[in-house]
Amino acid sequence: MPATAQAGETIKIRTAIQHPMITGHTDAGPNVAPRKIIHTFAVAYLDAEVLRIDVAPGIAANPFFAFNLRARSSGDVVFTWIDDTGEVIVETRQLTVT
Amino acid sequence: MGGLRVLCIAIVLIHSHTIGAFAADGPLRVEAQPLRSASEFLSPALRAEQADPIRNRGMLWVEQGERLFTQPPPGGAPSCATCHARAETSMRGVAARLPAVDAASGQLVNLEGRVNECRIVRQSLPPLDYETDELLALTAYLTALSNGEPLAVSIDGPASAFYAYGQQLWNERQGQLNVACTQCHDQSVGRKLRGDTISSAVPTGYPAYRLEWQTLGSLHRRLRACQLGVRAQLFELGSREYLALELYLKSRARRHPIDAPALRR
Repeated sequence: MPATAQAGETIKIRTAIQHPMITGHTDAGPNVAPRKIIHTFAVAYLDAEVLRIDVAPGIAANPFFAFNLRARSSGDVVFTWIDDTGEVIVETRQLTVT
Repeated sequence: MGGLRVLCIAIVLIHSHTIGAFAADGPLRVEAQPLRSASEFLSPALRAEQADPIRNRGMLWVEQGERLFTQPPPGGAPSCATCHARAETSMRGVAARLPAVDAASGQLVNLEGRVNECRIVRQSLPPLDYETDELLALTAYLTALSNGEPLAVSIDGPASAFYAYGQQLWNERQGQLNVACTQCHDQSVGRKLRGDTISSAVPTGYPAYRLEWQTLGSLHRRLRACQLGVRAQLFELGSREYLALELYLKSRARRHPIDAPALRR
């Protein structure tokens, strides 16, 4: 994502994360490997949630999400990924609006 | 007299058949058909994805590799960067020259082997297994540092025996389908196999993100996939067979620039 934007400008944000996205339907020897996917991806901007995606097991490994965001004022964009084991990955990027 | 003539004709027939069957193995045919980078066989959409550092998922391992290289491992051992400072310049071209024969042991060592040698000798850490995210990340990072560098492996001196072994494996029929590497990757390049186009087997993009795998994988894993395809006895990842094939492939594709991590189907 760009570090700066003009007020009212629509910026494009693209994210990719390393995750095996095990569907729960694939073999692991004689047993089926238990499902382990990122089930939620959420984005907050200026302390308000602007995007929430419920991710299904059909999504490929290392999921890539792209979306638009309208810049209003300077602040943090907080990205959150939550997976089936309860692991929460949070990344924060500063957006400076001029 | 008549009997002798028949015998002579039979010998000539067998001899010409032998030449026909092995002509494609000689160097002349290979030079006549210039090798094409595997990226050339991708669709324009996949090529664009490969060139985009966010959409090329292999770059996730490159970033992880840079962290592993620069941060000291837990337990007080020095980091890779302690010895190899300014990796952008000091490690540039290293991946292009491997595999090479290790002077001390006389064994052929590839990048995975070099990383593990450093871990054991310099860092007192256990070696990493093939296809672990850590080893893939380190090799992807180090290979990407040589992007644009032409492959320049040595096949002289102590490496010549390994090269000859790799070439022998390349030309040897194997598996239930009884097919040699050369029959697809020299003689049938550009033709279709199971919905994909047969490439020249130029290994410049490895470790590569293969869509079928949904993850990054080593060149040895890719060689193993071909062996599975022809229903052959699989070699071990990191075995002398795959190392010799890796040397042969990289020598065959010398002067082709490295473009790792690549996207492959």
